[in-house]
Amino acid sequence: MPTPDPVRGTVNENVPGGQPVGDKVWNVLLVGVGGQGVVLASDILAAAALEAGWDVKKSEIHGMSQRGGSVFSHVRFGPIVHSPTIPRGEVDVLASLERIEALRWSGWAHPGAAVCYVDHEIHPQGVRAYNPGVDDEIARLFGTTIRFEDHALKSRISAKVKNTALLGAISLLVPIPQQAFLAALAGHVPARTEEANATAFAIGREIGSSALAEATEMAEMAGRPAPEQEPTHVE
Amino acid sequence: MATKLLMSGNEAIALGAYEAGVALGCGYPGTPSTEIIETLVRRPDVYTEWSVNEKVALEVGLGAALAGGRALVTMKHVGLNVAADPLFTSAYTGVNAGLVVVTADDPSMHSSQNEQDNRNYALAAKLPMFEPSDAREARELTRAAFELSEAYDTPVLLRSTTRLSHATGVVEVDEDAPAPQRHPLGFERQPAKYVMIPSNAKRRRVDVEDRWARLREAVETHPANRVEPGSSDIGVITSGVPYEYVREVLPDAGVLKLGIVHPLPRRLVEDFARQYRTVYVVEELDPVIETQVRAWGIACHGKDVFPSIGEFSPGTLRAALGLPQPETIAEPAVEVPPRFPALCVGCPHGHVYNALRERGMVVSGDIGCYSLGVMPPYSAMDTLLDMGASVTMAHGMDAVLQGQPDRPPVAAVIGDSTFAHSGLTGLLNACWNQRDGLFIVLDNGTTAMTGGQPNPLSGERLGREDTMHLDYGYLARAFGIPEENFAAVDANNRKAVTAAIDDLAGRSGVRLLAVIGMCIIEAKDLKKIDKFVGKRDARKLELIEVDAHAHA
Ligand SMILES: Cc1ncc(C[n+]2csc(CCOP(=O)(O)OP(=O)(O)O)c2C)c(N)n1
Ligand code: SF4
Repeated sequence: MPTPDPVRGTVNENVPGGQPVGDKVWNVLLVGVGGQGVVLASDILAAAALEAGWDVKKSEIHGMSQRGGSVFSHVRFGPIVHSPTIPRGEVDVLASLERIEALRWSGWAHPGAAVCYVDHEIHPQGVRAYNPGVDDEIARLFGTTIRFEDHALKSRISAKVKNTALLGAISLLVPIPQQAFLAALAGHVPARTEEANATAFAIGREIGSSALAEATEMAEMAGRPAPEQEPTHVE
Repeated sequence: MATKLLMSGNEAIALGAYEAGVALGCGYPGTPSTEIIETLVRRPDVYTEWSVNEKVALEVGLGAALAGGRALVTMKHVGLNVAADPLFTSAYTGVNAGLVVVTADDPSMHSSQNEQDNRNYALAAKLPMFEPSDAREARELTRAAFELSEAYDTPVLLRSTTRLSHATGVVEVDEDAPAPQRHPLGFERQPAKYVMIPSNAKRRRVDVEDRWARLREAVETHPANRVEPGSSDIGVITSGVPYEYVREVLPDAGVLKLGIVHPLPRRLVEDFARQYRTVYVVEELDPVIETQVRAWGIACHGKDVFPSIGEFSPGTLRAALGLPQPETIAEPAVEVPPRFPALCVGCPHGHVYNALRERGMVVSGDIGCYSLGVMPPYSAMDTLLDMGASVTMAHGMDAVLQGQPDRPPVAAVIGDSTFAHSGLTGLLNACWNQRDGLFIVLDNGTTAMTGGQPNPLSGERLGREDTMHLDYGYLARAFGIPEENFAAVDANNRKAVTAAIDDLAGRSGVRLLAVIGMCIIEAKDLKKIDKFVGKRDARKLELIEVDAHAHA
């Protein structure tokens, strides 16, 4: 558990630099479609947060949603976490394995929140194509956007570990050290896929970093504040 | 050494029961309760089973407890309706070894047909009920529930909800803890206590009242109930997961946190309420606590501000209390099409619905994956009430529609697990009363809806051990269904399915059709453990295609 420091507030020694983080609870909402590995990714994120010394809660709905429905998992961590679900408007990072799902859940995020998503499409029954402008709309709504181009991603990693690539991007946005993610990954995937997962995680971080660098450059040019990124994101 | 683990509420309940030295765990699957037994099965020193239904499970559990084995029985909220009969009288017999019955309620009906609040059962059956608010407490209160059960010789209810059962939290586990202590085994004959003929029940009725008086006293000081003093003039009485929302939204309020929701600690409530200017009772669904608190003359707010429908969230509390809500991202300007659940591509249930819709049949439906037959593109289900009701409601329709000139053809559809759970008795009723009707069992080799549990028609028991399976052909004969009124067909053979429906629809009397296929997710799981071919071939033996016994 993080130790409370009377001067600096709560300090988490496991986070690089041991910065004071106050009482902030971090909220990550992972979404996708049944069968995409949303729940496994959230298990790994929760385990990484525990590894980093945080209190953790996670909540999802099992059952009917597995049959092609929309799937979501709330992951919360911080010095002390009460509600198992993220209050609407408090999502810091929305992570989606499907394009339109990122938009479906956007209303749970606070203005300025980050989104990372794979632009893969799984159309609901009876839908042939999404309306144009989904990606632009996502970029417009969120403070920080990391978009994974599915066809580019597929040429580098197997579809089975896309969720791990997404975790790589999430790791850039939350106060959990990389080693904690890697330890959590090792604890959750079969030994023979550990390497593939570690690679996917590194690729996710790489794509995420360049997206963030590009956004910073653009922001500087436009005179706007740069996107927030851990570990500067400290309250 | 103590290790911190992440655990769902269900896993924590299983852990608590194990640590309490449980000798037997059983239940019937049902979201959100299912993973409790699926966790307990990993303990080789505990006897575990899926029972045929909840009533059976509760009776198995009580039998074990009377014989000295602590027992855990699990079910979803509507399951307790099925088990209500033994539940009420088990309060009279008492238990000997501890008996804890878990009811997992589903506020907001994420995966249920109704939203009943099972705290009402604790009141009606005079049974104590615990309600944990997170995984850590689920483990602790399960252990406490076994202690209380034995100390007061009573079954104890443990209420969970979806946001406890399926929420994960940190639980500290001591790996070097000594092996759990067990209650001594042995059945002591005490007919006056265990044989509930009226003369005995009348005496036990008085004992129940006595026990209740002692329990009322016990909850005043039980550590599951605690006061967390606050710095504001607001006091909140709450329990279960809503406690977490209260802590999130009203960090300065005083809180009376009830780990036992029945009976309520009256003195504790009165003392607490006296210290605050405004008292709120924060509880999901029914005003169970509020009604009692008000009856004691304590002014409080409850359902006058908080909703009675659906689960709470921090946002629900903020809205009810007039607190500001966090600002959210704006509504997207691009349309987001809805995503409804649907049968998997290749699901063996699909074709039957196409055939029934094309024939304009009234379809009396039931609960399971196959309930999705009500959705497009099938749109082929007209009623759905509770498990087993497909068979019996079709029977009732037939009883009054018979003889009507434009009487529609009625078919009942029921899954294999549901058929074993409560369809069999309805079918026997139809046969016995010589009704007319087409009864179709959609057998996909598993209990798919709840994640793929074995059932009495699948040839396996909990843990995938091989066992018997009910044979449809012998069943039909035993129920007196004439040979030509029975068929079993391969779900993947569309022509055969259609031909069987047409053939049987044209006959009279009770007709039984078993449509035998395999859930594609079950097939994948079986392939992983090299059991697919064996199971598929065994199931083929069941098939008696209509053409094969050429109706003369
Ligand atoms: C009394 C009761 N117990 C449990 C449930 C939860 N439940 C709903 S359907 C179902 C079983 C479905 O299995 P099956 O009939 O084999 O159909 P499948 O899902 O495999 O198509 C269960 C356990 C319930 N709704 N009611
Ligand atoms: S899980 Fe199995 S039974 Fe359910 S829809 Fe999919 S294939 Fe059909």
